[in-house]
Amino acid sequence: MTGSQPKKVLVLGSGALKIGEAGEFDYSGSQAIKALKEEGITTILVNPNVATIQTSDYLADEVYFLPVNAYFVEKVIEKERPDGIMLGFGGQTALNCGLELDQKGVLTRYGVNVLGTSIQAIRETEDRDLFIKKLTEIGVKAPRSSAVTSVSMAVRVAEEIGYPVMLRVAYALGGLGSGSCWNAEEVRERATHAFAHSPQVLIEEFLKGWKEIEYEVVRDRFDNCVTVCNMENFDPMGIHTGESIVVAPSQTLTNSEYHMLREVAIRVVRHLGIVGECNIQFALDRHSEGYRVIEVNARLSRSSALASKATGYPLALIAAKLGLGLSLVDLKNPINNLTTACFEPSLDYVVIKIPRWDLRKFRMVSQRIGSGMKSVGEVMAIGRKFEEALQKGLRMLEIGVCGLVGNDNFRVSDLERELCEPTPDRVFAIPEAIKRGLSIDRIHDLSHIDKWFLYKIRHIVEIEERLRQRASQGCSRELLTEAKQAGFADRQIAGMVGLTEPQIRGQRKHWNIVPRVKQIDTLAAEYPAQTNYLYLTYNGQDDDIARESTNSVIVLGSGAYRIGSSVEFDWCCVNTVQTLRRLGYRTVMINYNPETVSTDYNECDKLYFDEVSLETVLDIYEMEQPLGVIISMGGQIPNNLALKIHEAGLTVLGTSPLSIDAAEDRHKFSQLLDRLAVEQPEWKELVTGEEAKAFANRVGYPVLVRPSYVLSGAAMGVASTDSELLRFLDRASEVSQRYPIMISKFVENAKELEIDAVACAGEVVVWAISEHVENAGVHSGDATLVLPPQRTYLETMRRTRKVTGKIAKALNIHGPFNIQFIAKDNDVKVIECNLRASRSFPFVSKILKLNFVDLATKVIMGHPVPKIHGSVFDVEYVGVKAPQFSFTRLDGADPTLGVEMASTGEVACLGDDFEEAFLKAVLSVGYHLPVRSMLLSTGPVEAKAAFLESARILQGLGITLYATKGTSEFLRANDIETTLLHWPLEQETPNILEYLTQRKFDLVVNIPKNYQEEELTNDYMIRRHAVNFGIPLITNIQFAQRFVEALSRKGLDDLEIKSWREYNPQHRLSSIGGALTAGS
Amino acid sequence: MQGTREKTGMVQTENSRLVLEDGSVFEGRSFGFPQSVSGEVVFNTGMVGYPETLTDPSYKGQILVTTYPLIGNYGVSGDDPVDEVGGPFESNRLQVSALVVSEVSVHHDHWNASKSLSQWLLEQRIPALWGIDTRSLTKRLREKGSMLGKILIDEKDVELYDPNNDNVIALVGVTSPVVYAGGKTRIVVIDGGCKNSIIRSLLARGATVIRVPWDYDFLDEEFDGVLISNGPGDPKACEKTIAQVRRAMEREFPIFGVCLGHQILALAAGGNTYKLKYGHRSQNQPCKEIGTNRCYITSQNHGYAVDPQTLPAGWEPWFTNANDGTNEGLRHRSRPFMSVQFHPEAAPGPVDTNFLFDEFLRML
Repeated sequence: MTGSQPKKVLVLGSGALKIGEAGEFDYSGSQAIKALKEEGITTILVNPNVATIQTSDYLADEVYFLPVNAYFVEKVIEKERPDGIMLGFGGQTALNCGLELDQKGVLTRYGVNVLGTSIQAIRETEDRDLFIKKLTEIGVKAPRSSAVTSVSMAVRVAEEIGYPVMLRVAYALGGLGSGSCWNAEEVRERATHAFAHSPQVLIEEFLKGWKEIEYEVVRDRFDNCVTVCNMENFDPMGIHTGESIVVAPSQTLTNSEYHMLREVAIRVVRHLGIVGECNIQFALDRHSEGYRVIEVNARLSRSSALASKATGYPLALIAAKLGLGLSLVDLKNPINNLTTACFEPSLDYVVIKIPRWDLRKFRMVSQRIGSGMKSVGEVMAIGRKFEEALQKGLRMLEIGVCGLVGNDNFRVSDLERELCEPTPDRVFAIPEAIKRGLSIDRIHDLSHIDKWFLYKIRHIVEIEERLRQRASQGCSRELLTEAKQAGFADRQIAGMVGLTEPQIRGQRKHWNIVPRVKQIDTLAAEYPAQTNYLYLTYNGQDDDIARESTNSVIVLGSGAYRIGSSVEFDWCCVNTVQTLRRLGYRTVMINYNPETVSTDYNECDKLYFDEVSLETVLDIYEMEQPLGVIISMGGQIPNNLALKIHEAGLTVLGTSPLSIDAAEDRHKFSQLLDRLAVEQPEWKELVTGEEAKAFANRVGYPVLVRPSYVLSGAAMGVASTDSELLRFLDRASEVSQRYPIMISKFVENAKELEIDAVACAGEVVVWAISEHVENAGVHSGDATLVLPPQRTYLETMRRTRKVTGKIAKALNIHGPFNIQFIAKDNDVKVIECNLRASRSFPFVSKILKLNFVDLATKVIMGHPVPKIHGSVFDVEYVGVKAPQFSFTRLDGADPTLGVEMASTGEVACLGDDFEEAFLKAVLSVGYHLPVRSMLLSTGPVEAKAAFLESARILQGLGITLYATKGTSEFLRANDIETTLLHWPLEQETPNILEYLTQRKFDLVVNIPKNYQEEELTNDYMIRRHAVNFGIPLITNIQFAQRFVEALSRKGLDDLEIKSWREYNPQHRLSSIGGALTAGS
Repeated sequence: MQGTREKTGMVQTENSRLVLEDGSVFEGRSFGFPQSVSGEVVFNTGMVGYPETLTDPSYKGQILVTTYPLIGNYGVSGDDPVDEVGGPFESNRLQVSALVVSEVSVHHDHWNASKSLSQWLLEQRIPALWGIDTRSLTKRLREKGSMLGKILIDEKDVELYDPNNDNVIALVGVTSPVVYAGGKTRIVVIDGGCKNSIIRSLLARGATVIRVPWDYDFLDEEFDGVLISNGPGDPKACEKTIAQVRRAMEREFPIFGVCLGHQILALAAGGNTYKLKYGHRSQNQPCKEIGTNRCYITSQNHGYAVDPQTLPAGWEPWFTNANDGTNEGLRHRSRPFMSVQFHPEAAPGPVDTNFLFDEFLRML
């Protein structure tokens, strides 16, 4: 760093959301870009994640929707010639990319300075040997460990250290592939896997059960260094911090422990020479002040996003400025614009982060959590008691619980095992164990969870017992107060005392037991705050803010990211708030996901970091007295509240909740379609298994089974036989008892289309049709989308639009909506209709440069919008959206596509034609070019036939083809030679497993024979090994065909390095509402 | 539940509340010694270190409010002496007049704990309240300034007491000199309520410490330098100490003032002090070293400050509070006198500035 500021800076994003790398990097990247803009620097962003805020046209000067890897980033550098690059804001993906660029000499060649932490320091934090050496130089303790490069070395070192040992994978995201090993056999197995992803593996001292503590550290180039936040893991060492419940600030550390670790943290950060932000993780002995430094992440991380939200200190923004060489002392604390940024926030509340898992969506996955990350999202809850924050947080997960206790649907078969070998349910097993008489000591011995946390949980159990005892006499004012202060929800209390939720609400309001609004101000009230970063608590006597009602609108956020609801809804919410602000409304955001931009207190006038539940929305509504609530932008969670808040007398802005109900309720919707003479697949509401069987036999298998209120196919299944059908019915009925189960004919070999649109008083004002690459049957969230459609008949498109118009009119839609169709021979059938913004809204908005959310918000607020002219959709390029899967992290999960959504994120890329956009998109989600060898296992005979032409192309391209028996025979019969490999279970050589283990294929095509296999079949083993060994896998026949065609037409060199603006120069349309003028 | 409470020292009383001099009332519940008491109500925003804070003699006469809502989580380790200086904390007793928190842990857990906070308060007869919205209370103190107040338990009223009208330092320091043998360097510590960590910081650096009472004439002792300690109350009440320091300055003994000691040094030099609206009591006060790019996070506990404009020639400000611009340290341009408003010995709080003890010793 020379002291002179760069003029043009390249920022690397993190690509698609995946397990271990999620929305937190949209938040940090957006903040970095904002910081650069504030300093007047031109910014270039490479990130294919189309659903992010950071790829909005009003942030970076140029956005490249391209893979974040050394090949593409070098091309962008060559073209843009930035003089600086920021590697710390795009997670491990950006960091690894930066290391590779440096190694290849690209950064030197083009004179690009790494801003912030140097490459040298990054390398010293990433390479375990170098890292331990650096720590040792300053007398800091690290776990005894050794880096190894072979399996045999791993075993030898493990024996030296003594079992159990921890095996860690270097350069890995979120602890991928890491785990504890108790004997040589386990070391051998894990190390073999690990070397598939990484050249280096670390064997280290096992610290299970030690306290796990993290500090977020900020340092400037003048050596000013502060710890912004410390956090304590509820789940101690042994459980990855991304899998742990995390509490901020630490609760069980004495002054001496807290400041001993803080001093070590600062010493380490100074010695490494970090400039900007980093995270340091410690293990702390429970019986002394012994500690070990576990790791340093020399970049913004999930923890830093959490720390930013937990404290109100914008770490990414500050880190970016420090990277430019500014002094921490000169920067102001943005929360009050009064005090310096060189300070350490003091909290006067407690924050709890809880991970959100979706393991039940996967077949055959291991439910155990440990040192690898499996969770897909997280929530953050704020309270002034631990109990209050914990119970809030558990409800925020939206997993059907009303708090820590009082969940009738919760059962654990083996409590002791659950406590010591946890699944996502462990926290619920603790109150259960207390009720069954296990002592706190025993629970601690099994789980190693600090007893202080266990005492707090016991307090919740005690309140539950007292509530239940009072059931007959009614709850006293004191008890109700105590319960509310301990975070009990009205409906949770209602269930315990035998009353209804409205009765409890009425009673507590009668007694004036109401939540108070408190501000997060970073200084524990020492100085007044200028921002409205708020939470509710029952542990307070008055509000921090005056209650005013001036032209305000509440927007409900999307809650925790999970499969099916992710950053795309955050994009929708943020854009809604921006439009509302431009229209002159005061905006009130309610959301609780620390990974989001919508929970950045600068984005709205008031941010309530709190539950999106009926009770909380009512409370905030009563305080704010807004014009109404927008529920259509945050995905299914706010959508599900529509009818309830409408019935409670609140104003829902946009489409009427009655219409929403008519679209969500399968019965009502089906009747509507019949009335409109719109076709739909034949279906029936399920009452008994016998009836279901009769229906299935009448319409013919396969059939689709699902509950009526669903998002992302939770508990959906396709059954091909009577026995499969009965199995799905069992599963589905567990998921939802309130809503009935639906069964419908599953249409095969049909295309799927979806329309994203906005209607005003029943008239469609803007629409976009996307086609799926995969045939119907693959969940729309897992499908590859193409816009504009390339393989759909004009007549089909016309019919789709016509049906859309009819439905919009009939439901009097007033706002955003999405309809999914299946199309076969120009016949279109409606399969789903959501009267809210959909997952693909950011995709269509960005591809067309026409902000659908902006338009929808104007419609909702009654501001005039002209009907958009159809020519807007005649773009001269193609956008392709591709899903990102995280199967590598989900031990055992069968990596196939089905009606249940499995992807964790998405990307979208642009190209002059389909092939170019498609290849860029798939390269962004982990496929590689060139492909020199492939394994073909093309499944059922129809798929074999369908792939024949593709196989010929592959042969023509000179790609070495390996095949399984049936595929090989089929291809030989058609004059295509392949090398035959034996099935995994045949245990003969040459065997597929052996080839997979040695990574002799560049790509595996395995088409499943039926829709949902549940056994350890040959096919499953091929797929799972491909994933375990990092070999790209295709399991869908249409996707395979398109991929082969694209391969035959384009190579890497043909993929153009063009920015978004170069494809569509209509600049800044979305943010300033200019789209309207352009369209009209 | 009730049984456990008794065991951990929780005594339930009716009608416990905090009344401020402006008339505002905060209802709470008692968890300390059930006795009404009065004092100056101050808040501290530190998130850890309640045993260290409660034993800091600078809180003499004050009712302490913690902004962090969960207090007592890790209990209290035994207060038996750990070395010649005394117990593990900052003095050998609880110094606050009373403690006010949002929530106290009924159950604590720590390998080093021997009792609960509540037990400790009971043993040392210190009243305490929980169940109070300490954020709301803090905002009131911030807006109106530190106020006198009283904790009323079972309606037993007491007179309002202002420790700043009293010579409180006389109540907290040693009453006769104590010598802690160390190395050759001999340092006189003027004990106006000195925190044990200051003594320990000097001993750890190999000095011999002669701890003398606030009004002791130490000039006849054999020593190399003087440290004026922290302590409670209004510095201007310490006339005798100021006079002693002035004499030491005349003889150009190296002097290091900490907190109250900083204010006393300023007064001895001819400068002035004033009362801050609500003081600095926290572990996160940023202090800029003037003339450098450096800023340190410091631990603080003071209600008065030095007005640097009033200092005679030869003196210069050394540190400034980066938040509110108040003076945080002084240095003499040519003579070996220096002082800081914050606590380089930390305890509780960050240890970033303990290098100042090294600087002091180098000056001798």
